[in-house]
Amino acid sequence: MEITKVLDAKGLACPMPIVKTKKAINELEVGQILEVHATDKGAKSDLAAWTKSGGHELVKDTEENEVLKFWIKKG
Amino acid sequence: MTVNAMSVKEVTKKIVNKDELFILDVRNEDDFKDWKIEGENFEHFNIPYFELLDGVEGIMDEIPANKELLVVCAKEGSSVMVAEMLSEEGLTASYLPGGMKAWSEHLEPVKVGNVNDGGEIYQFVRIGKGCLSYMVVSNGEAALIDATRMTDIYLEFAESIGAKITHVFDTHLHADHISGGRKIVEETNATYWLPPKDATEVTFDYAPLEGGNVVTIGNTAIDIHALYSPGHTIGSTSFVVDGQFLLSGDILFIDSIGRPDLAGMAEDWVGDLRESLYSRYRELSEELVVLPAHFMIIDELNDDGSVSEKLGTLFAKNHGLTIEDENEFRKLVTENLPPQPNAYQEIRETNMGKVNPEEEKQREMEIGPNRCAVR
Repeated sequence: MEITKVLDAKGLACPMPIVKTKKAINELEVGQILEVHATDKGAKSDLAAWTKSGGHELVKDTEENEVLKFWIKKG
Repeated sequence: MTVNAMSVKEVTKKIVNKDELFILDVRNEDDFKDWKIEGENFEHFNIPYFELLDGVEGIMDEIPANKELLVVCAKEGSSVMVAEMLSEEGLTASYLPGGMKAWSEHLEPVKVGNVNDGGEIYQFVRIGKGCLSYMVVSNGEAALIDATRMTDIYLEFAESIGAKITHVFDTHLHADHISGGRKIVEETNATYWLPPKDATEVTFDYAPLEGGNVVTIGNTAIDIHALYSPGHTIGSTSFVVDGQFLLSGDILFIDSIGRPDLAGMAEDWVGDLRESLYSRYRELSEELVVLPAHFMIIDELNDDGSVSEKLGTLFAKNHGLTIEDENEFRKLVTENLPPQPNAYQEIRETNMGKVNPEEEKQREMEIGPNRCAVR
């Protein structure tokens, strides 16, 4: 998987992880992938729902040592 | 153009006063469907905050201009953001400090009656989650029943009325919320009473509470009689306080009855539940005031915000107590049960002392309604 950009949203509380993700996605081309790191537990369901409603694709997500990682393909 | 904080206490007051309120809930749709702030005259509109990042123009038509407006989210941050955006559009909007997490943790003490020799009984209403706990006070001594994990509230309340907590009871091993019993006992040296049949796997010391036990609070002033009433769990025990109040735990509620499946034994415990509700409770005085460990719907609140009803009234009106046919009863309590409480297995293990999650984790485990009843 080729990652175009990595966004570090660790330590940020809701709504900032999604606000920053949205901004970062806006700067990508369709089909490019954004990797997001976050620690806010709420980000998990919120990012999944936001990705869907925004027409993007959540390719993969993981949780390791309290850090949530998401890979989002711009749609 | 201001953004106000409306505290959980203020929202609680609006529920009790039956005030009007328009709630813009900006959590995920699933979270909203699962659990929300309910009041008789509350209206809701749900749209996730992340749909509003580009502006709130699209939802302005959904918001009535003449009603007080509260924005709610999971923790707080998003509700502040959305309230500010609405304020820029010319609306006066409030947000809920602490969000649904604070809502889940708020306890409102209400006095529900007097007992012998100047004693009192208080109900602590956990309005957001529907949990009810109790403090019986007499001659400077207090007993606590079904305490939540917000232990400071009980300790401070006891201090404010000049009482020392000497006995702590759990009516059963809870599956919907984390008991504060153990923590309070550690801080007060009170005796922790548990029904032994629910406590076979607990990892700490407790005093076994058997049916027929009598515990006296404040120099013989008030007696608490334990009545073994299995069915929700195998150990479930009710209390008759001062011959006036029936603390029914999760066996009998105002508009519903306890479900027998949360410890995994629905089929086995149906008979016990039936026996407790249709035989043992029938032998008690109908004048007893029932004080349950939960409410499910806002209609169960009395005008003063408390939850109680005479046992005789429940025999006549509670649908779960008027089913003549045993098979029909069996069906009601074993089929089509509502979903189980969030993280209920982990909560049971926490209450046994097997696991000790951090506070933030405990908060998350308890999110959502209690779901201990069948209607």
